[in-house]
Amino acid sequence: MARIFAYIVHKGGIADDSAAELAAAAKKIDAAASPVAVVTGWGAELDAVCETLRGSYAEVWKIANQALVYPNAELVRKALLNVLPHDGIVLVSHAHFGIDLSPGLAIKMNSAFVSDVLGIEGAEGANLKLVRQEFGGQVSAHVRCDASAGAILNLRPGAFKPQEGAPINGVIVDKSADVGALTAGRRYLETVVAEAGDVDITKHAVLVSVGRGIQEKDNIAIAEELADALCAAVSCSRPVVDAKWLPKSRQVGSSGKTVKPKVYMACGISGSFQHLAGLKGSPFIVAINKNPKAPIFQVADVGIVADILEFLPELTSKIRETKQVSA
Amino acid sequence: MEILVCVRRVPDTSENEIQLNPAGNDIERDDLVYSINEPDNYAVEEALQMVAKAGGTVTVVTVGSDDDDEEVLRREMAMGANHGVLLSDEAFDGSDGKGIAIILKAFVQKGKYDLILTGVQAEDGGAQVGGMLAAMLDYPFASLVNSIVVDGGKLKVSREIEGGNKEMNEIDLPCVLSIQTGINEPRYVGMRGIRQVASVEVPTFGASDLGVDASAVGDAGAKVKRMDYFMPALGKGAEMLQGDRAEVIAKLIELMKAKGGLN
Repeated sequence: MARIFAYIVHKGGIADDSAAELAAAAKKIDAAASPVAVVTGWGAELDAVCETLRGSYAEVWKIANQALVYPNAELVRKALLNVLPHDGIVLVSHAHFGIDLSPGLAIKMNSAFVSDVLGIEGAEGANLKLVRQEFGGQVSAHVRCDASAGAILNLRPGAFKPQEGAPINGVIVDKSADVGALTAGRRYLETVVAEAGDVDITKHAVLVSVGRGIQEKDNIAIAEELADALCAAVSCSRPVVDAKWLPKSRQVGSSGKTVKPKVYMACGISGSFQHLAGLKGSPFIVAINKNPKAPIFQVADVGIVADILEFLPELTSKIRETKQVSA
Repeated sequence: MEILVCVRRVPDTSENEIQLNPAGNDIERDDLVYSINEPDNYAVEEALQMVAKAGGTVTVVTVGSDDDDEEVLRREMAMGANHGVLLSDEAFDGSDGKGIAIILKAFVQKGKYDLILTGVQAEDGGAQVGGMLAAMLDYPFASLVNSIVVDGGKLKVSREIEGGNKEMNEIDLPCVLSIQTGINEPRYVGMRGIRQVASVEVPTFGASDLGVDASAVGDAGAKVKRMDYFMPALGKGAEMLQGDRAEVIAKLIELMKAKGGLN
């Protein structure tokens, strides 16, 4: 079995949560594997990350270079090409950096590439049996990946449960000398932090969240009225922001806000993993969707198959009645 | 600026309940509603807006097998794309992401493009073809692009990163960018617009026209193959509220009261 490497993303001297998930995934490929953590960066932050990682990886390959102080995928790719054996299996978190890095890395290493992997069902010879989802999570697929000349696998964040284990005393191996010259056709300039919105959806106990099922901008008012009756705020999923029906500050998900309400009403939201990644603290999820196959029903506590454009106004008026009676 | 946009026709997930066929090796495709892959449509709109400001032409290209794929090209030409090109050959069937990138690379090298756009990902794909194509061409690449500004012989692009933050980059031309949804508001295409391009010729290129080695693409070249489809293992699954509308609403209100959603 080829060696397994886990490329670890980090920020501010702290390794990403995916570090432990990649280690768990390596064990699914080969229970006897001792995966190598690979970390690129510069200075004290890089040292701090390596020091943390040697508590969970037996070997940590440190790649220090001033050009890698910000993780530019093109520069990281060039560094990895010179450091990693090209027939290895490289695990990367399928987030914005992994999406930038891995497809090109696979071409340059002449390795197979599979993205957004959410299950590993073992290896038969050099073939890996993997699980992916298609069509917005409505169906899953088994995928066979020929890893005989190496493979790059982008793993879905949250899909692999970290294993509990006693800390180990791994070694840090400095591979910085192998990197070579680093130049890129793309240069990082700055990070622009998201603007605060009119409503802070992270502070609300109840969210009425709307998705594509709201159908048009004028229908947002239907959700606003329900939110008003519930003393809640209106949040949304990505398609609603893409269509400019609500501002970005209202978006729940990996590219939007992370929220932790008590009750989350997912109205006309299919339930992509990017959306669900923004829901923390195990809220009580009510899903209302006219498609009985919508993936949101797999994760919701309560489901209702209905057209939200009819259902929400009726719910709003009933709640108002209820409140009047109790007042 | 000469811009190439790589597009694909996909089943429209928002319009379909996806079902498995009895054999479990594919989804039921008979009644599916297909459309252009949504991020690809944003990519075409972005190309059209860039050309409107800076001049140039927009070419849309797809790797496909039949008339329906050609219809997707015509739809994008009705939006304003100047040319549509279909890359089609039996040898292309069963290509994995790398196979598609090899075919596109061969087409790119027949012309001269300053900028190549793809959608960030397809419904069944993996956000991979753009990054692979860039690496094959040795062009710089940026994924998840949600704004583009032309700045002399370079572009300033922002990438969507975590928490709604934006990563600003300068990138040399020629380059490949994968476009995120929401970057613009794609224009509406009416039946009239589609009729106007109905008779425009869409050239088709096969493996030999492109000089593509048939054994490197299609099923023969694929290192990554789908074996079967299955329905995902349900989580705990939602308690589905049944009954007439009034009953469902009454049950929901009780549950929301109990969970602190209604005080």
